[in-house]
Amino acid sequence: MNEVTQSLLIVIGVLFAAMTVSAGLIWLERRLLALWQDRYGPNRVGPFGLLQVLADMIKIFAKEDWIPPFADKPVFIIAPAIVVVTALLSFAVIPFAPGIAVIELNVGLLFFLAMSSMGAYSVVLAGWASDNKYSLLGGLRAAAQMLSYEVFMGLSLMGVVMLAGSFNLREIVEAQRGMWFCVPQFLGLAIFLVAGVAETHRLPFDLPEAESELVAGYHSEYSGMKFGMFFVGEYLGVTLISALTVTLFFGGWLGPWLPPLVWFFLKTFVLICGFILLRATLPRPRFDQLMAFGWKVMLPLALLNIVVTGGILLATK
Amino acid sequence: MISILRSLWQVLLHTFQPRATIQYPDEKPYLPPRWRGRIVLTRDPDGGERCVACYLCSVACPVDCIALQATEDESGRRYPEFFRINFSRCIFCGFCEEACPTYAIQLTPDFEMSEYRRQNLVYEKEDLMINGPGKYPGYNFYRVAGLAIGGKDKGEAENEEPPVDVRSLMP
Repeated sequence: MNEVTQSLLIVIGVLFAAMTVSAGLIWLERRLLALWQDRYGPNRVGPFGLLQVLADMIKIFAKEDWIPPFADKPVFIIAPAIVVVTALLSFAVIPFAPGIAVIELNVGLLFFLAMSSMGAYSVVLAGWASDNKYSLLGGLRAAAQMLSYEVFMGLSLMGVVMLAGSFNLREIVEAQRGMWFCVPQFLGLAIFLVAGVAETHRLPFDLPEAESELVAGYHSEYSGMKFGMFFVGEYLGVTLISALTVTLFFGGWLGPWLPPLVWFFLKTFVLICGFILLRATLPRPRFDQLMAFGWKVMLPLALLNIVVTGGILLATK
Repeated sequence: MISILRSLWQVLLHTFQPRATIQYPDEKPYLPPRWRGRIVLTRDPDGGERCVACYLCSVACPVDCIALQATEDESGRRYPEFFRINFSRCIFCGFCEEACPTYAIQLTPDFEMSEYRRQNLVYEKEDLMINGPGKYPGYNFYRVAGLAIGGKDKGEAENEEPPVDVRSLMP
C-alpha cells in the first residue's frame, strides 16, 4: 500500500512538474529573449508577468478549434497528442534524485531514444493530415531532419554508455561520482546538444516550421488547443533534452551542499536557458546545409567519438 | 564555430545592458515641441481667433479631413462659422500648419487621443480651440496685415505707411 502511494505520488509529481515547467518555459523564453534583445517581454499580467501563461491558456481554450474540411480527421486529431505523450513518457525514465524516478528501466536510454523517434511521427502526420502544401513541406523536412539527426544522437550517447557500462540512467548518474561525463565525453556532449536541438526542432534547426518560408510549417492548419499541444510539446521536448543532458553529462543530481533534487533542477534550468540563448543568437541554416552538416560533419564525428572512447577503454582495462 | 560561440557570448552580454523599452502608460516618452500631434486652433494675444477661414489648410490637406465654413463679423473680421477636423482620417502630416498664413492652426506634442466610438474622433471648433497663442506668442495677424477692419483702418497696422493718394501729384 505504502509503496503504491509513493509511486503514485511520484508519477503525479513528475507529470505536474513536467507540465508546469514546460508551461512556465513559455513565459521564461519570452522574458529571456526580451532580455537579450534589450526589451522587457510580458511583464503586465501578475508579478513579473508570470500569469501571462494563465492568460494565454484561457485565451487558447476560448479559441475556435477548427478542423479543416479537407483534412484527414482522425490523424489530424491524433498528431498533436503524440508529441506530448511521447515527451511525457520519456520523462518516466529520468532519475530526478536517488529514488525519485517513475520507473527504473535497464534500457532507459534506449527507451528515451525510441520515444524521441516516435515523436517524429507527430510532426510528419500533422504535416500529412493537414493536406496543405506548406504543412506537407514542413512535415517532409521534419521527417528528413529528425531521422538523420536521430542517427548520431544515438551514436553520440554510446560513449557515455561505454564509460558507465549501463543503459540504466540511474547507474549512469552513479558512474559520474568521480568525474562528470562532460569532461571525457566532451565531443559526445557537443554532438548530443546539436542533435537535441534538431530533435526538438527548435531554432536554429526549426526548419519544419520556418515561419519566413512555410507560414508555420506542419502546424499551419492547427488552431486552439491542438496548436497549444504542439506548443507545449515543443517546450516539453526542450525540458526533456535539458534534463537528459544533465543526467548523462552533468552528473544528474550529484553536487555538494544542496539537496539532489535542487541540483538537478538548477542544472536543467541552466541548460534550458542555453537553449533559449541559442534561439536568441543563431539564424536558421538552409535545409541542404542542415542535412550536409548532419551527415558529413556530425555523423563522422560521432563515429570517431565511439572509436576513440572504445579504444581508450580497451587500452586502459 | 568560433564565430558562433562569439555571437552566443555577445548576446549573453546583453543581459547587463539597459533595456530600450519605454514602458508607455507608466513612463511617458519625451516629445519634442515640434512634434506633429493633435491639431489645435490658437488665439492671438488679445484673445481673438487667429483663423481667418481662408480654406488653405483644407485645400492643403492630403486626406481632406478639414472642413470649415467662412463667415464675417460686424467689424469685417473673417472667422470660421464651423471648423471640423476628422482625426480618424488625419495623417498628422503638418501641411495645414505650413499652409496657414496666420499661425492659427498648429500641431501639438500630444498623441493620446484614442476613442471607443469613431464618431468621437471628429473634433468640432470648440474642441480644437485653445486659450493661447501656441508656438507663436505675440503674433496678431490683424495688427500686422494691411487689411482694414472695424477699429483699424488702412495704414494703421504695424510698420505700415499710410496709403498713397494716387490722384495727388505731391510726393
